[in-house]
Amino acid sequence: MKRYYQPEIETASPEQMRAWQDERLVKQVQHVWDNVPFYRKKMEEKGLTPADIKSVDDLKKLPFITKDDLRECYPYGLLAKPLNECVRIQSTSGTTGKRVVAFYTQHDVDLWDDCCARAITAVGGTNEDVCQVAYGYGLFTGGPGLNGGSHKVGCLTLPMSSGNTDRQLQFMTDLEATILCCTPSYAAYLAESVNERGLRDKIKLKAGIFGAEAWSEEMRRDIEKQLGIKAYDIYGLTEITGPGVSFECEEQTGMHVNEDHFIPEIIDPNTGEVLPEGTKGELVFTSITKEAFPLLRYRTRDICVLSRKKCSCGRTLIKMAKPMGRSDDMLIIKGVNVFPSQVEAVLLEQGYQANYQIIVDRVNHSDTMEVQVEMTPENFSDSLAKITEMEKSLVAALKTMLGIYAKVKLVAPKSITRSEGKAVRVIDKRKI
Amino acid sequence: MSIQQISVFLENRAGQLAEITKVLAGEGIDLRAISIAETADYGVLRMIVDDSQKAKSILLDSGYIMSVTPVLAVAVPDAPGGVASVLELLAEGKIDIEYMYSLFTHVEGKAYMVFRVSDEGKFKALLDSHGIQTCGPEVLGLKQ
Repeated sequence: MKRYYQPEIETASPEQMRAWQDERLVKQVQHVWDNVPFYRKKMEEKGLTPADIKSVDDLKKLPFITKDDLRECYPYGLLAKPLNECVRIQSTSGTTGKRVVAFYTQHDVDLWDDCCARAITAVGGTNEDVCQVAYGYGLFTGGPGLNGGSHKVGCLTLPMSSGNTDRQLQFMTDLEATILCCTPSYAAYLAESVNERGLRDKIKLKAGIFGAEAWSEEMRRDIEKQLGIKAYDIYGLTEITGPGVSFECEEQTGMHVNEDHFIPEIIDPNTGEVLPEGTKGELVFTSITKEAFPLLRYRTRDICVLSRKKCSCGRTLIKMAKPMGRSDDMLIIKGVNVFPSQVEAVLLEQGYQANYQIIVDRVNHSDTMEVQVEMTPENFSDSLAKITEMEKSLVAALKTMLGIYAKVKLVAPKSITRSEGKAVRVIDKRKI
Repeated sequence: MSIQQISVFLENRAGQLAEITKVLAGEGIDLRAISIAETADYGVLRMIVDDSQKAKSILLDSGYIMSVTPVLAVAVPDAPGGVASVLELLAEGKIDIEYMYSLFTHVEGKAYMVFRVSDEGKFKALLDSHGIQTCGPEVLGLKQ
């Protein structure tokens, strides 16, 4: 069985990897300098020109780029290739409603697909496999990413998208899917359904690739037991490319970063200073091969640790731990990025005050979101029909802003818990 | 002729109603009618009280979300079919009822009901033409 999708890269010597990174970084810096005024300005502000970046050692000289920068640059401000060379966009929500739109040339799609193909091969996938992709397809990168990787590996790809559990189970059994790709919460739900319907003997699954959401080791073991498979993590973000920025191997002790495309750094989130390997801090990525939407030193806000410890799988790619938290207030609910500020913006626009609380929970392995908001004299009416109508329009506005359903609960004024005079905005009851 | 109704936003939690009626009782407010419309999470408490201005300031001072709305109080014949005769008029006139409830007040063969309807003017005209009275605060002994 093929162990690696691109063995010469995945098991390259550290010197070789470093040489690729040096060369590509230098080229990338020149590319953005030439094509993206935003980057040129940022570099000029720091007194830098492309000549100052000679190798990965100089990476730390470059300014960071943040989600706010992406928002400011929406939609074309960071585009580094003419639109007629771009073939795709993917998108994710931004901090205050403006979405982040990432552009891809065919080259960018190909390298992304390669990254996902490495992940599928790492869990034992070959052209003999049937790969059921139950991530959402669309602007969300989950479906398109794994779909592309599955094609590259040569699996028979089932582009199921998320939801419609009956159909998922029908295809899983009838077409004998061997690899399942979806969010861990949906995997847990499918696992439960498989057992409830007595289908355990009818499924042929051997592995699962589950990402886009935080999940615990306990949840992993539970899914593995229920489906009789090995469950693997995968990491990615739309800004950098999508799933496949890093992926887990058979050792299941962290995710190998595809560092020939994305150079990771760990920084102190407060000072911006680069921290040594093995130290916990904020993960930063530089995409050194992407053409259309290359990000230099993008702050992911994910807190994690990098390690060069030798891996038993033979890959030399640096490993990152499962993210341990965030350095901002972003929540990931049902795989979707949610910022409290987005909720606040909708509430204000709908005539409510910024007194609210977001309650996130996981019920039957699926995330739930409730927004509690205090009733206002202006929105109150003697007519229940009018109030429920306003409530419905708030639910709809939240759905538009966030892309997911949030239950709205209208509560009495001053009933939202405040600690030390400051409202607690988010209560996350999920035990992850 | 209409009377003032007080509506209050209440969360659907144990003790909410007891609390608000206690607040009003403490200030000597007499409840003449009370009705609740609810969803799973919250409700709208509607009341007719003997002194709506006073009740309003008490409730606002206590931090409640409330509103005052004029509603029609109809003197319904206190006999079998009394309410039905009024509802029939509404049906004939194709007038929608938003809500209705009874007042505790009950005199000389008449019961009083509060109506909030889609077309108040038309409803009044229909009631007049059928000799059914609406009554103002003084008939019900309300200070408004």
